Amino acid sequence: MIDAIDFSLVNWSRGQFALTAFYHWFFVPLTLGITFIIAIMETIYVRTGDEGWKKITKFWMTLFGINFAIGIATGLIMEFEFGTNWSNYSWFVGDIFGAPLAIEGIMAFFLESTFIAVMFFGWNKVSKKFHLLSTWLVATGASLSALWILVANAWMQYPVGMQFNPDTARNEMVSFWDILLSPVAVNKFLHTISSGYILASIFVIGVSAWFLLQKRNIMFARRSIVVAAIFGFLSSLHIIATGDGSARQLAKIQPMKLAAMEGLYKGYEGVGLVVIGVLAPREEYPGINDGKDFYLRIEIPKLLSYMSFGSSNAFVPGILDLVDGNSERGILSASEKIERGKYARDVLRELKEAKEKGDMMRYETLKAKFTDENFKDEYFRYFGYGYIDDPGRLIPNVPLSFYSFRLMVSLGFYFLLFFILTLILVYTRTLEKRKWFQLLALFTIPLAYLATMLGWTVAEMGRQPWVIQDLMPTFSAVSNLDAATVQVTFWLFVIIFTALLIAEVKIMTKQIKIGPNEGGN
Amino acid sequence: MFENLSHLALQQYWWVIISLLASFLVFLMFVQGGQTLIYRLGKAPVEKTMLVNALGRKWEFTFTTLVTFGGAFFASFPLFYATSFGGAYWVWMAILFCFIIQAIAYEFRSKPNNFLGQKTYDIFLFINGALGTILIGTAVGTFFNGAMFSVNELNSSQWETSYRGLEAVLNLHNLALGFTVFFLARILGIFYFIRNVEDENIYTRSKKHLLYNTIPFLVFFLAFLIRLLLKDGFAYNPETGEVSMVSFKYFNNLISMPLVFIFLISGVILVLYALYTGLFARSIRGFYFAGTGTVLVVFSLFLIAGLNHTCYYPSIFDLQSSLNIENSSSSHYTLTAMSYVSLIIPFVLAYIVYAWSAINKKKINASEMENEPHLY
Repeated sequence: MIDAIDFSLVNWSRGQFALTAFYHWFFVPLTLGITFIIAIMETIYVRTGDEGWKKITKFWMTLFGINFAIGIATGLIMEFEFGTNWSNYSWFVGDIFGAPLAIEGIMAFFLESTFIAVMFFGWNKVSKKFHLLSTWLVATGASLSALWILVANAWMQYPVGMQFNPDTARNEMVSFWDILLSPVAVNKFLHTISSGYILASIFVIGVSAWFLLQKRNIMFARRSIVVAAIFGFLSSLHIIATGDGSARQLAKIQPMKLAAMEGLYKGYEGVGLVVIGVLAPREEYPGINDGKDFYLRIEIPKLLSYMSFGSSNAFVPGILDLVDGNSERGILSASEKIERGKYARDVLRELKEAKEKGDMMRYETLKAKFTDENFKDEYFRYFGYGYIDDPGRLIPNVPLSFYSFRLMVSLGFYFLLFFILTLILVYTRTLEKRKWFQLLALFTIPLAYLATMLGWTVAEMGRQPWVIQDLMPTFSAVSNLDAATVQVTFWLFVIIFTALLIAEVKIMTKQIKIGPNEGGN
Repeated sequence: MFENLSHLALQQYWWVIISLLASFLVFLMFVQGGQTLIYRLGKAPVEKTMLVNALGRKWEFTFTTLVTFGGAFFASFPLFYATSFGGAYWVWMAILFCFIIQAIAYEFRSKPNNFLGQKTYDIFLFINGALGTILIGTAVGTFFNGAMFSVNELNSSQWETSYRGLEAVLNLHNLALGFTVFFLARILGIFYFIRNVEDENIYTRSKKHLLYNTIPFLVFFLAFLIRLLLKDGFAYNPETGEVSMVSFKYFNNLISMPLVFIFLISGVILVLYALYTGLFARSIRGFYFAGTGTVLVVFSLFLIAGLNHTCYYPSIFDLQSSLNIENSSSSHYTLTAMSYVSLIIPFVLAYIVYAWSAINKKKINASEMENEPHLY
């Protein structure tokens, strides 16, 4: 990743944000999922009164506590980095983007932080039912927190519910509900939290399998596996459904990202979905080659067209169509969009000059354009293109998007099979006898982390160069800092986050080795 | 309901909410203050364990309030967020580093195989408690003394010194506020220990350290307050937006807003009364008096910083770039939507109080530490 950085301010700032996001997301998915698994376990304890379930609950709660703290720390940094490193962004869309962050704090963080104290310290101080309620509220709070930050992220990918205000030179919210209930936000939330639930399920199964390998705490391990496998299986079905929804949305709102994910340079009708592929190296975009940019390509015919537009013969635009334009399909070229974006920026500049000179008639005329539907549709929607000097900048990293997506989807299907296999072994009561399964479960844990990181890689690298789709390129969102300043904090973050990660892994593995003390077996 | 309010009324409403959040944040910094006293008040291992665990059950409230304070500022006054955070980079980064190391210190410090050793995590807690409070106080001092930035006609901001906010420590008035917050946090931490830890040795040492911290607190606080009331302030003309320096601006703000003046006086009296009870009586209620007093004082200081046509984030590089609640806020629509969200705050406060009291019924003592399965 460092090799790709060109040492400019923008790339260092991107690197720092990516680093923080990477470490943040390393811890958050486990929190999202394991809180629900713990809540289910505690529910069984309260309903049955079986002390074994209480000990199981407490064990996973200990691991959750270790994991939770770093998620909070890195989350704080991410929130403030929007200001410290992306201050131009913060002003341009702060009217919209700040709201979900504030609501996240008021609605979700307090819920989590209040009831987490009851969850850890209230065992002997509050009633069983109040404790159980607290555990469910912590789980709900974690997912609510994810909802608001994912609403914010979805808005960056699909900016809706807003209007540009030329006086303040920023976008302003005009519909809170359009932002909250945007189909992209809903889908992104459901898809992302499902990935957290799956990761946590795999974590619980994998750690439990280690106990089976060690031939200790068998009952504890078996019970944990049952809960996690059912939870993981249902989450896997859900994530596949929401993944399918994502494809349809991408085709409409981020066709370049979809083309990059598929390595599709020249669009055509009835495009197949590449199952396995090896991309051929490409020098910029030298010309048309009918989608034959692969050394190896095994595809399911026409599936991409079907998934994207609901018709097996639908036309799916490729990267070249989106850069060079395709008049036959009504696709504007990047150059045309750049011209229109520059015109929108010129209108804004003229408006500011008219206001400064006190030419209010001209000012009012120009201001009216920003509420004119035709100007918005034909020009302002390409506002961000006005910053682009080279159409080639509009192409995201194709190999990274392509391979990340393939690997993520493959792992997603593998996880579904893994949960089915686990449930079969649970049903046939052969979990303890299958050493190969126990090893498989253990080694599936890092794959779950890999899959979820790949998901974010596809989502965030695939949308470059945009920080807000079509409205603001990443390089114009950055704070007015010098690169050396950001380099210093980047490396400080590397050192501190890595040290904390090492500490967490060491503590976690030690706690696992200690096990659920005397209980659960 | 809120949609019928004027934009200015919504801006004022949100400044009040920001001020409330700030005041609760400073009150909750009793956690930070307590962290700087663990080795002073606790000598035996079990004493330290009691102190750390008393604080450890509350640290997330401070952290969450800080995050919410940031989010609310972003949502309601985004130009401040963009200008200050992107400009005073080093100060904010230093504050963030102080809080990263706190978040993990409690959970990791006593766990076996914790990589850095317990002592390191305790140092993290001390750094967070000392540097975190001083830096936040110093940064807030710039609300009254200004900072070196400019904002252009497209609202793009630029920091005008290479020190990136660190220059704030060169202003003694800012520093006085920084040290006021530091010693106040320690005083609140001591009151919290007196209220929540059942141990005679800790109580005796707490009384002694209350005196040690009261003296510098009063010196720094009075120096800050007297200077604030006597100094020129940054006012703006609501018609033209023009910024000018006005003599005794903050004192005049108090006179113009009698309720705020009453808040400030009441807050000071409550803190002083808490100190009196703490030093000369055996009462556990000092925490409540000092806490309420802190909330009232900080609340009123924020109100005089931003209301009554005052620039809450003045620029001493370019006076006309100064930020006030009118030129830096979100739109009417956003403030309206957020105002509806703010209606859940009383509900949030209610469940916090309920949950807090549910697990704080009894003081922490040595025998609880022996039997508690989840120890920090």
